[in-house]
Amino acid sequence: MINLTMVVELEDKPGQLIKVLEPISKLGGNVVSVTHRRDEVTPLGRIPVRIAVQIDESKMDRLLREIEGRGIIVRSFNRVRHAVATSLLLIGHIIHTDLRETVDAIDKTGFAEVVEMRIVMPELNKPSTAFIKVSAVNEEKLKESVEILKGVCKSKGIKVIEPL
Amino acid sequence: MRIAIVGFGSVGRGVAKVLIEKRSYLRNLIGDYRVVAVTDSKGGVYDENGLDLRKVLEIKRRKGSLPEEITSIEVVRDLDFDVCIEVTPTNVESGEPGLTHIRECLKRGIDVVTSNKGPLVVAFRELMDLAEKNDARLMFEATVGGAMPVIKLAKVDLAGNEIISVKGILNGTCNYILSRMEKELLPYEMILEEAKELGIAERDPTYDVEGIDAGAKLVIIANALMGLNAKFEDVERVGISDLTPEAFKVALENGYTIRLIAEANREYLRVSPRLIPLNHPLAIYGTLNALEIETDLAGEVFVIGKGAGSVETASAIISDLICLKSLRCS
Repeated sequence: MINLTMVVELEDKPGQLIKVLEPISKLGGNVVSVTHRRDEVTPLGRIPVRIAVQIDESKMDRLLREIEGRGIIVRSFNRVRHAVATSLLLIGHIIHTDLRETVDAIDKTGFAEVVEMRIVMPELNKPSTAFIKVSAVNEEKLKESVEILKGVCKSKGIKVIEPL
Repeated sequence: MRIAIVGFGSVGRGVAKVLIEKRSYLRNLIGDYRVVAVTDSKGGVYDENGLDLRKVLEIKRRKGSLPEEITSIEVVRDLDFDVCIEVTPTNVESGEPGLTHIRECLKRGIDVVTSNKGPLVVAFRELMDLAEKNDARLMFEATVGGAMPVIKLAKVDLAGNEIISVKGILNGTCNYILSRMEKELLPYEMILEEAKELGIAERDPTYDVEGIDAGAKLVIIANALMGLNAKFEDVERVGISDLTPEAFKVALENGYTIRLIAEANREYLRVSPRLIPLNHPLAIYGTLNALEIETDLAGEVFVIGKGAGSVETASAIISDLICLKSLRCS
């Protein structure tokens, strides 16, 4: 069994959540939590719903296909491997300085990985912004991975905004 | 109590006003007092029987500076008085002219109350040792966080606690700019212009936006509260000028905002923009200052208040003045 978190965007009318829960149940998954984020309604009036699920690893891809097959918008779909996580903001020429390499610096440690990333690019050649979530096996390793990321970003002239 | 006010800018004048307006109230707390000298960068006035502060304020208002009857140096070296209120402008590199003023007073056993960060950043230990050696006291509540109680809060009210770390917002100008960027999602340059027009940012905003002011305050707090011997160069410093509206947008979408946070613990001193959860007490708005003090016994203590302003800073100076006369503070 693995842990999954997904954020789906549901229309604000009866009978929507069941479209997501049904496939989970069918594939033998266990729903750990469901939270409606009513204060974060999307421009199209949909409500983001975060669902945490435990499911057999081999059924992960099929679950995503099944949910999307029912016309549900899946905003994010992540496997949770690690116990602790932190969020950071990167500002600078993130794409042009080889984003892949930046992310790899964390992923290849073996004890931490980038689990979420959102990039906003205002204009070509202007600095872009990334919200990035890093998770690790424990607090100490998390700190270490943040230091690695800071080192890589420093060498690329990317500004890192750390959490409190 | 014979008082000399050295430095007669916005803070010095604020102190003078409070000393006039609250005379009968203050007399109950510190006994009879008179101001025997007031100086500014151009000159100064003195009268051992006590100056009429209203007149001194009026001269300063009309002429922009005080007559050249006496200089600050002459006051601190030769004049007879009990407490020096040292409120000259801050220079975090040399500490001058305040450093010389404070040294001279302490050497003569004269107590000093100051709002001037420079001397404390440059020579914290030296000045504390000098004060102790000469049985004088150096009070500096007004150097950090303006009216917000920090130094005496930790030393008096939290006495017996070990201060493990501090983190907070120590620069109102930056906090104003960042909270406006968060609300308007406009570029830094535009909000900075607005802050300049409102008189919240200086024409040359470097001192604030590059975290120099916050760093200086952090050094004082770390040395005074945590027993460190930190220097300004020990502060890792990142300013706010690279922050973009997109950064706020992305942060907000994920439940965060960005604030310039000064943080000190046993490992490092750092001033940098940080992601703050929107529901965190440090996610404050406008020109306010705030500080979270982590202690071993009391856990976390949080203060918030006005970090600058003439009368607000005078509040901290007056409280130090009262403290000099009170058993509770000694």
